[in-house]
Amino acid sequence: MDAFLHQVLSGLATGGIYASLALALVMIYQATHLISFAQGEMAMFSTYLAWSMINAGLPYWAAFIFTVAISFAAGALIERVIIRPVEKAPVLTVVIVIIGLLIMLNSLAGWIYGYTVQPFPSPFPAQPLLANTYLSSHELGAIGVTLVVLALVYAFFRFTPLGLAMRAAAQNPESSRLVGIRVGSMLALGWGLAAAIGAVAGMMVAPIVYLDPNMMSGILLYAFAAAVLGGISNPWGAVLGGFLVGVLENLAGAYVVGTELKLSVALAIIVGVLVIKPNGLFGKPLVSRV
Amino acid sequence: MTALLEVENLHAGYGAADVLHGLSFNVAEGGITTLLGANGAGKTTTLRAVCGMLRHSGEIRFAGARMNGNVTEDIVRLGIAHVPEGRGTFTDLSTEENLRLGAYTRRDKAAVAEDMERVYHYFPRLKERRAQQAGTLSGGEQQMLAISRALMLRPRLLLLDEPSFGLAPMVVEAIFQIMRTINRDEKVSMLLVEQNAMLALDLADHGYVLETGRVVLSGTADVVKRNESVRRSYLGY
Repeated sequence: MDAFLHQVLSGLATGGIYASLALALVMIYQATHLISFAQGEMAMFSTYLAWSMINAGLPYWAAFIFTVAISFAAGALIERVIIRPVEKAPVLTVVIVIIGLLIMLNSLAGWIYGYTVQPFPSPFPAQPLLANTYLSSHELGAIGVTLVVLALVYAFFRFTPLGLAMRAAAQNPESSRLVGIRVGSMLALGWGLAAAIGAVAGMMVAPIVYLDPNMMSGILLYAFAAAVLGGISNPWGAVLGGFLVGVLENLAGAYVVGTELKLSVALAIIVGVLVIKPNGLFGKPLVSRV
Repeated sequence: MTALLEVENLHAGYGAADVLHGLSFNVAEGGITTLLGANGAGKTTTLRAVCGMLRHSGEIRFAGARMNGNVTEDIVRLGIAHVPEGRGTFTDLSTEENLRLGAYTRRDKAAVAEDMERVYHYFPRLKERRAQQAGTLSGGEQQMLAISRALMLRPRLLLLDEPSFGLAPMVVEAIFQIMRTINRDEKVSMLLVEQNAMLALDLADHGYVLETGRVVLSGTADVVKRNESVRRSYLGY
């Protein structure tokens, strides 16, 4: 029983990280109806940025804040410079551009930092907090950071005029222009926010999976599974999906398929959901008028 | 009365094809001008061109200043609000959020709150439904919401694209009554596009009749109403 509880709780910890990344995916999907395959590599690159800052002697939380800020700006810049020119192109063109971005970021990180696996520090103490035996401090801290990020994102979209404008722009670009919203800037802002959220996810997962240019490929797959499970059109569904996938992955790894085959759980979830309930648990059914 | 909106020799269209072939008309400051015409005459195209939503050439002046080439977002900031064809509701957002978006460009928070109360006063039904998801409102309520959203800008000029479309006659009458009030009390000038010519000419002071992208007749509403061919083609008696 103890072991079971331990698996569930540490599943929640990694699940929170999947949830953040899934939220970033959903955010870009909602604004542009695109799946940003480069989300994971963007997060990986951000994590390397944090790593170099920490190595240069910056305190962890200062590096954390700088990384989030730089990632935000870089995300917005990527939208402006790389995505904007192909905005009106057929969807496959955009997908190819995004995959190009993925490969570019991956290789760039390898070129600059090398492919050697590096340890990444955790800001949380090595001893378990509150003398609990289930969760390490880092897992507990990661859950806390994830919840703070989710709360901030929720508050931003729910209570600020800018958040409202972003929701409006995603939903009805033409009407948005007619009330004066600069829709293009909202898209850049969306990419910036997604990159910033991804950066947090990267920094939280790096102490667990260690830092290397391919660290996010598996994580991104879990995030996809989370977004698909929760419903790609529903941010809160995606978050819940993240936690569910984290727990499922851990339990399946411990009791069913073994740790080596854990990643196939994500694939099974994706295929299963798409076959049985294509809109996910909380997604809106897609109905279009002909 | 001076002209608030002056349009001269307007050409506009979609893709390579022109829909408007040298259209000229005015909207007087404080007045209501209506554009009449059959389907495909270019009424909606005209409104969209004024809002900078499609390519066009010719001269469009607002309050004396040339505004061709401005993007839609900046035209809105000049005080031109557009109630688009199909109402343009933000269907997933609440009624109140729709209204807040109407005031997106304004920074005078207190006055925005006042204006919110004012449109609720005009359309009490919207107040009852303030927290409801806008996509679930009835057609008439969504039209009220579209007009209210436009009013939240505190516009100098209101562009209305077929506000009567698909609504029950009683609802239409109520909405037109309120448009009259808004024009009279708040000095909002209007450019109204309508299929229902009778209704439009009763509200407007000036009318233009469009055929295939050209003005074929213009004058005060009374003159247009009394015109033999307008009577037969558009008023139907």
